[in-house]
Amino acid sequence: MKTKARKGPQMTNSMIERAAVATPPTVARRIRGLSDRAIAWIFVAPTIFLLLAVNIFPLIWTIRLSFTNFRANRPNAEVEWVGLRNYQRILTDPDIWATMQATAHFLIWTLVFQVLIGFTLAWLINRKFKGNDLWTTIIVLPMMLSPAVVGNFWTFLYQPQIGLFNYAVAFFTGADPTSFSMIGDVALAPWAIVIVDTWMWTPFVMLICLAGLRSIPDSIYEAAECDRASNWRQFWTITLPMALPFLMLAVLFRGIENFKMFDLVVQLTGGGPGSTTELTSINLKREAFEKWRTGYSSAYAIILFVTVFGLASIYVKALNKVKER
Amino acid sequence: MSDFSVTEPSPGQKWIAGVLVALYAVITILPLVWIIATGFKSSADSIAYPPKVLFEPQLEGYVNLFTTQTRQTAEYLAQHPPQTWYEKIVHDRGLVIAGPSRFGERFLNSVIIGFGSTFLTIVLGTLAAYAFSRFRVPLKDDLLFFILSTRMMPPIAVAIPIFLMFRSLGLSDTHAGMILLYTAVNLSLAVWLLKGFIDEIPMEYEEAALIDGYTRFQAFNRVVLPQAATGIAATAIFCLIFAWNEYAFAVLLTSGTAQTAPPFIPTIIGVGGQDWPAVAAGATIFLLPVMVFTILLRKHLLRGITFGAVRK
Repeated sequence: MKTKARKGPQMTNSMIERAAVATPPTVARRIRGLSDRAIAWIFVAPTIFLLLAVNIFPLIWTIRLSFTNFRANRPNAEVEWVGLRNYQRILTDPDIWATMQATAHFLIWTLVFQVLIGFTLAWLINRKFKGNDLWTTIIVLPMMLSPAVVGNFWTFLYQPQIGLFNYAVAFFTGADPTSFSMIGDVALAPWAIVIVDTWMWTPFVMLICLAGLRSIPDSIYEAAECDRASNWRQFWTITLPMALPFLMLAVLFRGIENFKMFDLVVQLTGGGPGSTTELTSINLKREAFEKWRTGYSSAYAIILFVTVFGLASIYVKALNKVKER
Repeated sequence: MSDFSVTEPSPGQKWIAGVLVALYAVITILPLVWIIATGFKSSADSIAYPPKVLFEPQLEGYVNLFTTQTRQTAEYLAQHPPQTWYEKIVHDRGLVIAGPSRFGERFLNSVIIGFGSTFLTIVLGTLAAYAFSRFRVPLKDDLLFFILSTRMMPPIAVAIPIFLMFRSLGLSDTHAGMILLYTAVNLSLAVWLLKGFIDEIPMEYEEAALIDGYTRFQAFNRVVLPQAATGIAATAIFCLIFAWNEYAFAVLLTSGTAQTAPPFIPTIIGVGGQDWPAVAAGATIFLLPVMVFTILLRKHLLRGITFGAVRK
């Protein structure tokens, strides 16, 4: 992630350097009032303070708690230092590996569907047909809405008899709409959450892919036409490779978001039936705010954070390699 | 692009692409249309099989959303004829209105917390972004990266210590606590986006103002702010939408006074079973402003949702 953050705003960095060379010593001395340095600190301080208070301080606190057996519902009980026992327990707990598997299933299939549908849509929209702006805006709508509220309403659409989803499936396949329950069936529930997430977030992948496709200069295609490259060949040798960094960026954002997934799924299935759709965030919420195993869940939280951070860093390295090519 | 350009897709290609995209758009919008439609159905229509596409629009769902009701005996109902149209709707089902529901309060909480945190985020974020954009700040790159990486923590993981912190500071279930929390969560994105917008304003404008005898503050106020207005507005709407939609923190850290609408709407239950028209009515009122903003904002959408990674 680090390399990416530094690589991203390259243009800006050079601009800042230019600016720094251009202004401070000559102009700043002439102006009245506070020095630039003082202004910089006054401007940045509140933000840094708030972020330290709400992000860093809690993070350090979480790390500390993760080595204890503290329980938030018993603030007066004696807190014992348990060393690495919480971590050891989590990593050897089969239930936690089961939630990791559920998360992996969710993560992989949502990414596959969203990339396939999102890229196809972007490619189609890039055909520049009349009214593509209007349709794009409509497609984008689900993504902007509250996942909890929408997720809750999807439970209605998934109702076996009266639900629109079941009715539509029955209409097209001829199956009995009362014969299956998307969120009540152990085999179907993991797919129910994949469908809703795909419905909601495909537009995100589509928008980024569209930006990628639009960034390819026409001249490249014109050159390819002159060389009599077929459309098929143009797609594989120009369109896809040039849009790939954007596609990978979309996957990165969706991957991080879906690893953290909570609101949509908790409203849809609540982790059920059984624990078939109990993603890590939902499991963590249960441990921390229902069983009140605060120390244990702090260790859990740290493990999740390290996992996201580690995976994202590896991925960003790969992304940068693709960009350099 | 000229009509003869080789890169221009053929009319047939365009037509097929248009039809496919329109088809997808229609399917994808269907659940949203269904939410809005269900809000205007009677309870019987909402659970009819097969699902009803054509129905007589009713305001029952909206009345149920905003009121609490109790069942009454036939004599009582006969003695107390309904005074208003909404009392009549309830009356016809053998119920009387007992009082307003909590939806209004919850919606107001969403408005207060959403706008409060957005305002605070924009004030702090613009200042910080300006400093990051224009001055040499020690460890600038590290700070910016740190600011962004805070978005990688699962909200539930952050919620554990925040919960403890809020409890000891007396901020649990208060507007102030939620405003501070959402501000902190949004600040990272806001600073990142706003810095991008301010970077695009040429330094020369400010330099000219400084040479004309403006102070830094005046130059910031009169030169940079007006230039960055569009960017600031776009960022503000993103922060607002985030705070508006947020669920995880809201459900864990609020229960009564400061509860926002997202944790509340799923808990709406009518007299006897889940009242889907009322839920749909609440969802409609809650989602519609965001839909309108999305349509107005579509040009700036990409930059916000990609943390500024995609500029155009």
